[in-house]
Amino acid sequence: MNKSFENEMKLEFVSKSSNESFARVTVAAFAAQLDPTVEELADIKTAVSEAVTNCIIHGYENKIGIVKIIAKLRKQELILEISDKGKGIEDIEMAKEPLYTTKPNLERSGMGFTIMESFMDSVEIESIVGLGTKIKMTKKIKSVEEENKEDFTMLTK
Amino acid sequence: METFFDEKNKLLIFRMNEEIDDYKVQEIRRRADNEIQRYMPKRVIFDFDKVSFMDSAGIGLIIGRYKFANLIGGKVELANLTNSVRKIFDMSGILKLIPETEIEQYS
Repeated sequence: MNKSFENEMKLEFVSKSSNESFARVTVAAFAAQLDPTVEELADIKTAVSEAVTNCIIHGYENKIGIVKIIAKLRKQELILEISDKGKGIEDIEMAKEPLYTTKPNLERSGMGFTIMESFMDSVEIESIVGLGTKIKMTKKIKSVEEENKEDFTMLTK
Repeated sequence: METFFDEKNKLLIFRMNEEIDDYKVQEIRRRADNEIQRYMPKRVIFDFDKVSFMDSAGIGLIIGRYKFANLIGGKVELANLTNSVRKIFDMSGILKLIPETEIEQYS
């Protein structure tokens, strides 16, 4: 019953905001191997978009750097690491507060981490000032198991 | 983004038809502010019917236009929120501040 996958990919790109769409669509295409629902895929795309935007706007402050994404599939789980070698976060607890932003002049809402935390199952932030930030996120994809269960029920009816 | 203006009712509608992220929002913001300044509307409606993706950049966009429209005496409203768009707005609490409205056809 439990289909299990083992797969991994790495993506590196220049910190231009025009790459945000490329990044989230690529991760979503990779995660599609786990047969997620439309809603699960939308959640993943949104979380990736938030993390990548943070790298570009806050990590590199719109200067040129490299954003790195590692995505792994383990059983029914997507594991993501999104990192930059930018300026780092001084106060991680503060950064996680809803509506807190260091860039209100750019109309940033301060909801990035809140959205990542509510759309993914776990979010960990590692950051060293002057060296960069790494976000680790995981999300369990429930759909395959549930779909299998439904198929099974249909067969036995 | 397509713009519709109803002169009689001073109603300006932005029909969003792109993905709304930090990249796209820069152009949307610039165009929306230009149109608001040009038409000086009483009501500004953002229509999300054709939006396939939105992240937190959309929250900043709407709060920013809400403030800008207020300066010229206009009100912002939201229409046709899709499930994924609503999820983002719900989290920010702006739906308590900015009303939802219905629009059916464009003239």
